[in-house]
Amino acid sequence: MTATTAPASAPAPAAARPAAPAKPRRKRRRPTVGRAIAWIYLAVIVVITIFPFYWMLRSALSNNYAMIANPSSPLPVGFTFGPFLRVLGLEDPAEAVAQGGSGATVQIFHYLVNSVIYATVSTVLIVFFSLIAAYAFARLQWRGRELVFSLFLAALMVPGILTLLPNFVLIKELGLLNTFAGMILPGALFSAFNIFFLRQFMLGLSTEIEEAALLDGAGKLRILMRLTIPMTSGPIITLSILGFIGMWNDYFWPLLVTTDSSVQPLTLGLAVFKQSSPQTMPDWAGLMAATLVAALPMLVLFMVFGKRIVNSIGFSGLK
Amino acid sequence: MSISTVPPAVEPPAPDRAARRRSRRPTNASAPSHRGDAKLAWLLIAPAMIGFLVFALYPTLRGIYLSFTDFRLLSAPTWIGVQNFIDLFQDDTFWQSLGITLYFVVIAVVLTLAVSIVTAAVLHRVTQSTVLRGLIILPFLISGVVAATVWSWMLDAQLGIVNQLVHALGGEGIKFLTSREWAIPSLALIHVWKNMGYTSIIIFAGMQTIPPSIYEAGRIDGASEPKMFFRLTLPLLRPILALVVVLNVIGAFQVFDIVSVATKGGPAHASNVLQMYIYQKAFGQFDFGYASAMSLALFAILIVITFVQMRLLRASESDNA
Repeated sequence: MTATTAPASAPAPAAARPAAPAKPRRKRRRPTVGRAIAWIYLAVIVVITIFPFYWMLRSALSNNYAMIANPSSPLPVGFTFGPFLRVLGLEDPAEAVAQGGSGATVQIFHYLVNSVIYATVSTVLIVFFSLIAAYAFARLQWRGRELVFSLFLAALMVPGILTLLPNFVLIKELGLLNTFAGMILPGALFSAFNIFFLRQFMLGLSTEIEEAALLDGAGKLRILMRLTIPMTSGPIITLSILGFIGMWNDYFWPLLVTTDSSVQPLTLGLAVFKQSSPQTMPDWAGLMAATLVAALPMLVLFMVFGKRIVNSIGFSGLK
Repeated sequence: MSISTVPPAVEPPAPDRAARRRSRRPTNASAPSHRGDAKLAWLLIAPAMIGFLVFALYPTLRGIYLSFTDFRLLSAPTWIGVQNFIDLFQDDTFWQSLGITLYFVVIAVVLTLAVSIVTAAVLHRVTQSTVLRGLIILPFLISGVVAATVWSWMLDAQLGIVNQLVHALGGEGIKFLTSREWAIPSLALIHVWKNMGYTSIIIFAGMQTIPPSIYEAGRIDGASEPKMFFRLTLPLLRPILALVVVLNVIGAFQVFDIVSVATKGGPAHASNVLQMYIYQKAFGQFDFGYASAMSLALFAILIVITFVQMRLLRASESDNA
């Protein structure tokens, strides 16, 4: 290798040919075999990724009895919206049993509402509290700022496993088991990652407008609300989406602090539904309808914010 | 090799930003407009501070304290020194769980990384399509519960589509989630399915920071694509790969959702991963002291593993040998 490529020779040829524009050269004709293999590989990956979603839909639109008789049909078997109606509690119990449902009603709709409350309130609170804290770190001068900031950052090192059990004990002592407050509070006030992320962004914002506003006599709090927060809308949306996804999918924490279905989120409802499904003949059609309902908000979010999600995930990995 | 000129090109933003911040500080400090800042600052960080003290710092310290106590939730904890850790050391189930967890982590992390690196590299060299990247992160957006439920259906021993396929190809049906030997590999596959897209995107983003001119130069020197992958891409990605490995290991070690839904730790404890065992101890037997001790042990294991990985992967520097 060293013989053919002397260290200095690498950039030289490119510089020696200034006439050749960079763009068309990058889209060169590669040996087509290599590119074909690459595309086949990508196709396989995409199929493996997408197929379970299709299978969810296909099974959710099937009659459970018919589907069990014909498990490998690529299309819905005995096409019906029954499973969806069943899990939303809109189907007549007798009809549900006839289609292979358990007959027990699942209050999916109820769990859905709980999930919306849990994820929305948690996300709004944590993003707002992170935002105002980030402003204090990015724009205000006060003693102890660096010390407090490093303390907060240190919290990034402590994983959930260490705090989950003691937090459960605390919530129990506060009498907040089986309440939304108990579910939401521990994650709604402090997020080291959010504060760090927002502070970095604010430090990169030009201070000119804010200084002009200060000269005009505006207070700092007013500047934060009227100038800084609007200017930070990009990262706010990103963190809100990522936060909402995380909360919507959260399972372990609600499992610890709730036993009452009146406050449990959909992840728990789904788990209960799956566990209560009869072992001998589970209502797979109903289960798939329920999982689809649970996944739907995420799929919608994805349709609307797909590009932003992809880019923000790429960014979060790069710090 | 010709790579020696590369590393500086990958990292310019960091020193840049630091310099800018440093230059701003003096002007800020001397500005007269910062009177009254302290009061407002404490007001603004008050919620975060309360959250930090009450739900992060206090539980961490309390968790460590509880590890040294006998605590059954209904009565006050009693100090028993290192007894929990002595018990832990002699607890066969703990060691068995640790073994099962390690088995899971190795399969899950190796597969996730192998698939993700190849996927990211192919995406990087073949297409910049955001749609394609969007599609492969879909599983990351759904909960572990949903993933586990769908795969329980697809991997069902009799009716699952995967076994239908195995039958069609002349194979014998596999009890993916209901046999001792297949439970952990199957769970690991679900985990890989859920995480490979996300990991690919992070690695892909890292590859985006490699200047195209490097590949240009490599091609002029007659290097093939695979050769450039091993000689250019991988060495340059070392810092990001190290980070991804560490995050994946930490994540896999704490697996709970998919195990809890797909197998409940069974059959016959064959998939009783550590987090599952901790949960059972705490909420099945209300032995919170012992469960806390296990959490602390798991935490210590993660720190050691992270430290070793960072050293082995020389995470802080990209390869320029």
